[in-house]
Order: sequence, then structure tokens, then C-alpha cells
Amino acid sequence: MKQKTDVLQGTLALMVLKTLDVLGTQHGWGIARRIEQISGDLLAVNQGTLYPLLLKLENEGSIASEWGASENNRRARFYRLTATGRKQLQKETRDWNQTAAIIARFFEVKAEDLP
Amino acid sequence: MRFLRRFFIRLSNFATGTRADQRLREEMAEHLALQTEENLRAGMSPAEARRQAALKLGAAQAIREHHNAEQGLPLAENLLLDIRYAFRMLLRSPGFSLIVIATMALGVGATTAIYSVIDATLLHPLPYPHPNELVRIQANLPGVGAHDIGFSIPELRDLQNSGIFQNASLWFFGTDTLTGSGQPTRIAGKSVSPTYFAVLGVHAQLGRTFDPHDATPGFNNEVVISDGFWKRALGADPHIVGKTLRVDNDPALVVGVMPASFRDQGQTNEQVGTELWAATGFIADPSSPPVRGTRTPYQTIARLQPGLSPAEAQGRIDALVASLKKQYPADYPSQGAWTIHLTPLAESLVGNVRQSLILLFGAVGLVLLISCVNVANLLLARASARGREMAVRQALGAARMRLVRQLFTESLLLFVLGGVAGFAVLFCARKFLLQFVPESLPRLNDISISWGVLAFAIVVSVAAGTIFGLVPAFLTSRLNLTATLRQEGRGSSGSRRSSRLRHVLVIGELALSLVLMVAAGLLLRSFWDLFNVQLGFNPTRVMAIESSLPNPNDPSTDIYRTATQESVFLRETLRRIRTLPDVEETAVSDRQAIPLGHGQNDRRLVPLVREGQEGQDRQPPLLDTSIVSPDYFHVLGMTLVRGRFFADQDLESTPLVAVINQAAARTYWPNQDPVGKRVRMLGRLGRARPDATTIVGVIADAHTESLADASVPQMYLDLYQRPAKFLAFYLRGPVDPAAISEQVRAQIQAVDPELPVFHPETLNDVLASSLSVRRFSMEMVALFAITALLLAGLGIYGTISFLVNEQSREIAIRLALGAQRRNILAMVLRQGLTLAGAGAGVGLVGALIVSHLMASLLYGVSPYDLSIFAGVTAVLTAVAIAASYVPALRAMRLDPITTLQSG
Repeated sequence: MKQKTDVLQGTLALMVLKTLDVLGTQHGWGIARRIEQISGDLLAVNQGTLYPLLLKLENEGSIASEWGASENNRRARFYRLTATGRKQLQKETRDWNQTAAIIARFFEVKAEDLP
Repeated sequence: MRFLRRFFIRLSNFATGTRADQRLREEMAEHLALQTEENLRAGMSPAEARRQAALKLGAAQAIREHHNAEQGLPLAENLLLDIRYAFRMLLRSPGFSLIVIATMALGVGATTAIYSVIDATLLHPLPYPHPNELVRIQANLPGVGAHDIGFSIPELRDLQNSGIFQNASLWFFGTDTLTGSGQPTRIAGKSVSPTYFAVLGVHAQLGRTFDPHDATPGFNNEVVISDGFWKRALGADPHIVGKTLRVDNDPALVVGVMPASFRDQGQTNEQVGTELWAATGFIADPSSPPVRGTRTPYQTIARLQPGLSPAEAQGRIDALVASLKKQYPADYPSQGAWTIHLTPLAESLVGNVRQSLILLFGAVGLVLLISCVNVANLLLARASARGREMAVRQALGAARMRLVRQLFTESLLLFVLGGVAGFAVLFCARKFLLQFVPESLPRLNDISISWGVLAFAIVVSVAAGTIFGLVPAFLTSRLNLTATLRQEGRGSSGSRRSSRLRHVLVIGELALSLVLMVAAGLLLRSFWDLFNVQLGFNPTRVMAIESSLPNPNDPSTDIYRTATQESVFLRETLRRIRTLPDVEETAVSDRQAIPLGHGQNDRRLVPLVREGQEGQDRQPPLLDTSIVSPDYFHVLGMTLVRGRFFADQDLESTPLVAVINQAAARTYWPNQDPVGKRVRMLGRLGRARPDATTIVGVIADAHTESLADASVPQMYLDLYQRPAKFLAFYLRGPVDPAAISEQVRAQIQAVDPELPVFHPETLNDVLASSLSVRRFSMEMVALFAITALLLAGLGIYGTISFLVNEQSREIAIRLALGAQRRNILAMVLRQGLTLAGAGAGVGLVGALIVSHLMASLLYGVSPYDLSIFAGVTAVLTAVAIAASYVPALRAMRLDPITTLQSG
């Protein structure tokens, strides 16, 4: 179970960073809904796990947060990407694309292609 | 780096943990509210909206906990929790906690106390720079059984030029007399080579020490004084350097004052507290001329070249000895087998106390071990009482390692609290306890309860807690859940493994205490035999009071130079002392003759050349010699076997006479009558009159040199024929020791007002203090043995009580089926006896090993003394039976009906 969370958390962090990059400042529920909308039912993740992740990202300096008012005037914590976070996002996007490309190439290769 | 950063984040999270948790909780609540609103908008019922929102969020509590565990320091958090819980458990059963803490306080406190003595005497480096370079040099003649014979000045020069040492110095401890102002004062003085302070590597706080290159042949009249003497006798005069004192009638120019922190090296406290050092080249008056064959009676210390280990130095010394023997064959006859031996100075100062201290440490270590075993036993007993608690917690999902950690924390806390309590008691009682340490213990003043000792106490209690807390913790947590939980209400029985372990522990405890008791028994017997030894002289009602005649550096100014000059003073003084009230008899001798009153290093060893055997005596044996007045033998009640004692007509002008003891007669004139034989005395006394000395009498062997050994060869010379400087006056009679010394002082000073009078002691006190180290170790070991026995008794009591509790149903059924109560009693007692028997069996084997090791500390008793082994085993068995008897009675009086119903 732990392993699964680890994998998910790695990708989840990237999703959070990308969401903030696209949407700008956003509160937790907004991020959660956005991830849900984009991934659909494919990603069945407990939305609660998002919050420890946000805390961790903030501790690492990738995102920053402050209290503010939500659309319907509720008190909520708003997150935004920091400069470090942006750099991290770029790097991780590159890494991810690279990994995906490698994996994709592995899948394309058939037995008869091998010398 | 990354790991470090993460750790710091975690650490800060640990500190701000509650804040982060608070935030998570708030945000999740917020999320839930927003999601619920959204669901409502989608048309769900309020209850359903909340349910769906909560489902989507997941288990908030678990997520939070997981986060805390990952981001905080779970180990530290749990530790805090465990400690808090452990404190609560400790307070919940105060009786149990108190017993455990007290037991450990006893064990750790006693161990730490002995450790503090060992720390000061054996482990502490000497208080000089580079103490490892300091060595004592001894010359031995194993061929004639003579040890520490001293060096001649040419030999010392050879040593100094050998390149092995940076510096070497002779030293000689004695007493000097300070005159010139008021009462003549006796001061502890040392005559030393000018290199002495250079060897030790210390400097004066005021003025300077001696110039190591000073080549004055005799005393150069310079003295260095101690800080204590400067303050006590000279009023801390800031201009003291350059002033002149009168010491032994000689002018003494003060050149320096040592710092207050300086402690001299020496075997006794008196030597360590030396107040005045005088420098001499040891080759002019009053020393002997520097001839290779004439050895000085002084001790030699030296500082090795840096980087040279004592073993390497010894190798080079051996080579030097071989070449010197080749160069001067006449001075080193082969039958003497002259050797030089280096001993690290720190080791040589502690001497034979090391063995006693190691024995004590071993004994106290056993007590500590028994305390630990006892506590482990108690922990196991409690573990089975807490079986249900553990089972319930495991059933609710507590991980086993988590429980072990918590139980371990509990026991570690108990051990550490015990250790701290023991240390605290020791710290508060240190002054009181120090009274019991014999004064003759070397480096007594260095004993302190320092940080090092505290660290030792903590390390010991943590180590003990780890070893003896971990196993019970594991056993407690290993449970058969269903079985334990099903035994509702009933006192659950611990696992088979844990009860077997408890038996092993009790057996171990009994065995250890048996070992200790055998050791104590053997020491007690030795001490008792020594105490009741037939002394061969009668110390009761005899007092010794010391005085010393001046020993000026220029013999021509000495008014007591010859025996005739000195005897005028002695006869007049003795006549006056005899007139004092209650004094029945008097005598006088040199201080070497005080029975048991001096250490090994204070002996006067004189080469003995027997007339008619000169050829054989090219390397003459060395004989322990005393100088005494004719009444000495009578006052001390010594028995004449042959010939005669000294008489009044033996004078300096008549032929020299000597009395020897039977041991000397046996050794040097085997199967002959020594009376009438003549010897020639060389060496130290040779200078005065190298005439032949006739043996006129033989006395019975007496324990004047050593309580353990009566047959040390002795020779007595007549004080009226040979002068001596350090005197002891003896008085026999029902005198009041407190008052008499002032009266004696008045009488001595009426004859010569410049003489100091000091050290009044009854011979019985001298006797007692010569036994003090033995008495100390015997008392301590006995105390430890009693403690061990009590602890072992408690242990067996606890175990049998526990067994009875465990078997109460079985016993009740037996009773209900008609078993005799007598049989029940016997059954329980048998269990106790089985344990005791097994313990005694193991213990006897251990005791045989230990007694074999301590054989050299024993006197008059075989290390395998049957009566002691049997007696100790009997005592142990008796204690075991007594300890089992109480629970056995309880078992016998069990009411079967209530017991079975309550089950």
C-alpha cells in the first residue's frame, strides 16, 4: 500500500504543480476538483491525501500559501507557484517526458525488430 | 545533504507538529464543507451530500497520522509518549517502582563508590605533564633474593648518560627539623637530586626550582618549599624567596615555593604531602663516597625520552646492564644476577593495593549483577501480571515492536532512576563514606565524585537497563492472544519460557551470592587469623613517640656525631621519661625498629659478610637491620632463645655486638650455633666503623616486620654503639596516650630544646593501621556478601510466591482431593530447595575459580577451605528455606473452596 502511495504522490505532486501553473492562485478544493476533472475516474485517489502533499510542497518551497476568501466567501487557504516551484515543474516535466518517451519506445519495439 | 535537509524539516515539524496538524485539520474540514455544498447543488440530500463528500475525502484521521509519521520524528514522539506512559505506570505501582529503584540504587551506588576509588588510584594519570614518561627504576639482586637495593652514584651516572632518560633523580624521604622560631617543628622533607623537579616537569609558583645542571657534590643549601608549609609556618611571606631557614641546624636558602595544586609523588600520604625539598649531589657529606659498589638507599625516578615506551626502555636497560657487568665484573658478581627493572611510576605508587581494589571491584560487580537479576526477575513477574493488558493492546492492533519499545522504555527508566538515585546518595554521603577508607590507601586525596564518575554511573545503569530490560520486554510482548484473553479475571500464567527464565535468574542470583559469600568468608578467616596471630612481642600498653636528631650537612658540626655523644643524650632522656607518672619501662630505637610501623621502603638493608665465608660472600646478602637500646627487647617482651641481649657494658669502645632472630640464624648459619660468629658490616654503616661485629644472642621470630610473615631475617645492633638519627622512644605502663606526649616532649626538650617530638602512637594502633587495607577490603566484601545474600533471598521469595500464586488452583484441587497440608508445605519447600541446590551447585564451581584467583590475598587459610565452603552453602540453603517458607505457609493455608470458586 505504501508503495502505491509513493508512486501516486510523485505524480500527484507534478499534477498539483501543473494545475497551479495553469490556473494561477487556487485553493485546495479547487486543485482537487481540477485534477478530478482532467483525470476523470481513472485516478481514484482520496482527495484528503492532497493536503499533506500541499503542506510538504510548501515546506520544500515549491509553493506558497496564504489565507483568503473563496468565491462563496468562505475562509480558505490559497496556493500559488513560487519561482522554485516553476523551475521544479519545468525540470520534472522534462524528466517525465523523457521517462514516458523511453517507456513508449520500449513498448513499440517488437521481437522481430531485434537484431 | 538532502538527507540532512529533510531531517531538519522533520525536526522543525516535530517542534511545530501540532501547528501543521491543526492546519491539515482545518483545511480538510474546509474541503469537506465545499464538497458538501457542491453535492447539495447537484441535488443530493444533505445527509447523502455529507456522506459522499467524506467518502471522496478518505479517512482524514489516517491521512493525518500518516503525514505526521512521515514528516515528523515518530521515534522521538513515541519516545516522549512512552516516557510519559512509563512515568504513569511507575506511579501507579509505587511499591514495585520503589523496590526496583532502591535495588538498582544499591547496585549502582556501591559500584560507583568503588569505581571512584579505583578511578583515583588506578585510572587517574599522575598530575604531571606527560605522566606516561615517568618511571621508577629499581635494581634487584635476584641471585641473593634482594630487591630494590638502590644505585651507586656511578651507576646513576651510567643511567643518566644512557640516552634512555631525559632526566633521572634520586630521592629520599625523611623528616627535618625546623628551628629558629618557637617550638622546633618537624617537617616532612625530601632530599633529592637537583634534577628532581625537571623529572616531574613542574615549576615553582614563586621563585624557581633547582637547577638540574647543578653539580654541587653535597647539599647546596637550597630548598624549595610547599605552598602548604609556606602558608602554615611562614605566614605566606611574599618575600620568602631569598630568605634563610634553619633546617637540621643548617642554613637553608629558600629558592622557590611550589604551587598549591602540586602534589609530590610518593607511596604514602606523608610523602605526597612533602613540605620541603633539599637538593644534593649525594656524593659528599653526609652521603657515602661515589664508589660503584656502594649503593645509596634512595629511590630513583626518571623521565623517559619522549616516544620511548617502558617496554622498549626496558630492552635498552637490559643491554646496558649486560655491558656494565662485562665492564666491571668485580662489582657485579654473577651469583647476585644484578638486574634493573623499570616500573611506570603510577603503577609503582599504587603497589599492592591494586589487587585488593580489583577484588573489591569484582565483588561490587557481582552485587550489581545480582541487583540487575533481581530487578529483571521482578520485571518478569510483573510482566505476567500485565499479560492481559498486553493481550488487549495487541488485539487492538498495537505492533509488537511498539509494545517492546514501550516496555523497554519503562524498564530503562526504572534502571536509570535507580542509578541516578544511587549516585545522588553517594554524592550526599561522600564525606561520611570517605571516613571508612583507610588512610594508608595511596592517592586517598584524589578520590572525588567527578563528572567521570557520574558518567560511569549513567553508563552502568543504561547498560544494565538495556541488557536486563530488553529480555523481559520481549517475553512480555510474546503472548498467545486467545489463551491470555480467555483466562478472564484469573491471574494469568506467564508463558512457559518466561517462567523458565525466572528460574534460571534465581539460580544465577543464588550462585553469585554464594561466590561472594565464599570470598568474604575466606577474607574474614584470613583477617581473623592475622588478627589473632601470635605476635612474638607484646604491644599492649606500649607507646612509641618519635623524635629526630639534626642531621647537619657538615658532620663536624653534628653534636650527636658519635654513639658516645648520642648516648649521653639518650640515657639522660630515658632517665627523665622513666620518672613520669605511670611509666614503668622505657626504651629507644631507630624508627625502623617500630614493630609494623613502616612500609617496605623504609627498611634498612645492610650487606652481611660472614667471617670465614668472605669468598662465598662476594655478593653479600642484604639483611634487614634495626638499631635498638638494650631495654628494647624487654619493653617489647621478646624472647631470648640463645646467648644474651645487649648489656650496659656494650659501648662504642668495646667490641661491636649484634642480636639476630631465629630466621636469620636459620638462613645464614644453617645447622650452626650463630652465637659467637662474627660478621662484617659494609655499606651505610661501614663508614662509621667497619669493624667486625659479634653475634651475642638469638631471639625468637616475631611479627615485627609483617603480620603475615614472622620469618623475615632480622639483625639488631646496639644504639649505644651505633648512632641513629630518627628515634622512637617506647614507654610501657598504664599511661594516658593523650597527656603523655606533652610530658615526654617537655622531658626531651629539657635535654635538648631544639628537638621535635611527634607521632605519639600506641603500638596497638600501629598494629591496627597495618591491617587497615585488609580490614577495609574484608569489611567491604563482607558487606557486599550480606547484601547479595539478602537480594538472593528476596529473589527466591519472589519466585516461590509467584509459583504458589500460579499453582493455587492446582494446590486447591489437591487439597480438595484430600492432600495433607503437610505435603503441600513440603511440595513448595521442595521447589525452593531445588532452586537453592541448583544455585549452590553452580555457585560452588564459580567460588572455586574465584578463590583460586584470590589465593594471594589470603593468609593462613586454604583457598579451598572445606569448612568455609560447607558453612556458606549451609547458610545459603537456610536462607533459601526461610525465604520459601512464607509462601509455603500461604500455600498450606489455602482455602480450596474460595480459591476454586474465585477461579
